[in-house]
Amino acid sequence: MTSRSIVRYDFRERIVHAVAGLSYVYLLLTGLAFWTPWLFWVAIALGGGYVSRMLHPWAGLVFAAAVSAMYAQWRREMRTTPEDRAWRQAMAHYIKNEDRMVPPAGRFNYGQKTLFWVMALGAVALLLSGLVMWFVASVPEGFLVVRSLATLVHAVAALVTIGGFIVHIYMGVAVVPGGLSAIVHGEVTEEWARRHHALWYQKSGKFKGQSREVSGN
Amino acid sequence: MPLDIVRISATSSPAPGVRVQPTLTKLVDTSTCIGCKACEVACQEWNDLPPEPTVQSGTYQTLPATTANFWNLIKFNEYEDEGRGALEWLMRKDQCMHCAEPGCLIACPAPGAIVQYSNGIVDFQQDHCIACGYCITGCPFDVPKFNPGTRRVYKCTLCVDRVSVGLQPACVKACPTSCLQFGTKEDMLEVANTRVGQLQANGFAQAAVYDPQGVGGTSVITVLTHGDRPELYGLPKDPHIPAAVRLWKGPLKWLGNVAMAGGLAAAVVHFVRFGRKNHVEADESSAEGRS
Repeated sequence: MTSRSIVRYDFRERIVHAVAGLSYVYLLLTGLAFWTPWLFWVAIALGGGYVSRMLHPWAGLVFAAAVSAMYAQWRREMRTTPEDRAWRQAMAHYIKNEDRMVPPAGRFNYGQKTLFWVMALGAVALLLSGLVMWFVASVPEGFLVVRSLATLVHAVAALVTIGGFIVHIYMGVAVVPGGLSAIVHGEVTEEWARRHHALWYQKSGKFKGQSREVSGN
Repeated sequence: MPLDIVRISATSSPAPGVRVQPTLTKLVDTSTCIGCKACEVACQEWNDLPPEPTVQSGTYQTLPATTANFWNLIKFNEYEDEGRGALEWLMRKDQCMHCAEPGCLIACPAPGAIVQYSNGIVDFQQDHCIACGYCITGCPFDVPKFNPGTRRVYKCTLCVDRVSVGLQPACVKACPTSCLQFGTKEDMLEVANTRVGQLQANGFAQAAVYDPQGVGGTSVITVLTHGDRPELYGLPKDPHIPAAVRLWKGPLKWLGNVAMAGGLAAAVVHFVRFGRKNHVEADESSAEGRS
């Protein structure tokens, strides 16, 4: 079947997402190695515990920068709309893949928006607590409790983002066909846009004239 | 030495130690310390540490705090006892306390970087250290110090190299007043309690032994003339491993592991039960008049 293709993510959006994603995966792997001795072998595989610990905070800065850029480019589109509230009501149907029971979504559905805010707020918590952990010896006497609080906040924030990350990867790679290809290559078919983000398709995809002919599905 | 290791950082297998030894302890009697700082010199000499430039802060104290190259510091605190109208000079030995429940070791994520021997000594193995500083966070006494040059953390070893061949720690050896003594914890507690009795009989009713139970007791115990107020000496009154560290290394770890494993399991179950979003069903929805 022949289907027209439309641009879902432009190059800037994709590169920002890729930098955030790759830095997050590095932070996740090295962070898990420091979280439990059962996974310390991951740090060994990535160059050793010392190297992993040395690069982890720098990767954190890259991740924080990427999330900031993501915030700048997507924050307006991530606001909750009345359509989202309807979508949220029907979320159980979405989870059970009964998509005909789910109201149409805009460019991002309510689940994607939730992930965005979880990651944005998680990144703030991880950055602030991570900076304390990075310069732990510089915490002045009298504020030493800040050290252990930062460590706890870092762990909790990391766990919350890991929860979001698991759902995000699973949805994007396994559940929604074309999701991964959209964020990597930037284009989706009109069919895909209509099925998964009908309101967005109506508003922009159909009228912006970005579409071109491609074959396949 | 592996046969002596009863606790080891970040290791999923049991510690290899099988030897049973009495807990060894250093006794610091602040009431007989004359502030000569021979212990500081002996520590630097024996451990052959790089010289640390001293800082003049208006007292006899060598440095504001211990450093990565200076593990044994006599702290000089002036205390005005208004009740007795006396000015007292409170000297105290600042060093690693060698806790029975070491917060540094519990916080450490690097396998084998911190060990506890069956004689109670808590020792850093810098070659396994990854420079994360978690031990600094875990210590209730702010003892471990980071060396930015080597990017490793250092502290008093209780002269483990001397003790393991039957010698006493260098600082104890050098002490001219025997305010430092070394032996089994049992013996040292006996000496300390005798001394506390003498002090109490001589006008220091609040004299006590500082052996904080919040960290399981320590292998460095201190006789304080003002035992009811250890903070006068710069010691925490009731030290514990920070609550946030205990939460992080205890319940949160289990909760987090269960949650992460549960998340992965939920994804598998969901995929087997519901699978991918089905195009046929989406076609049905468009047939039903959506969009």
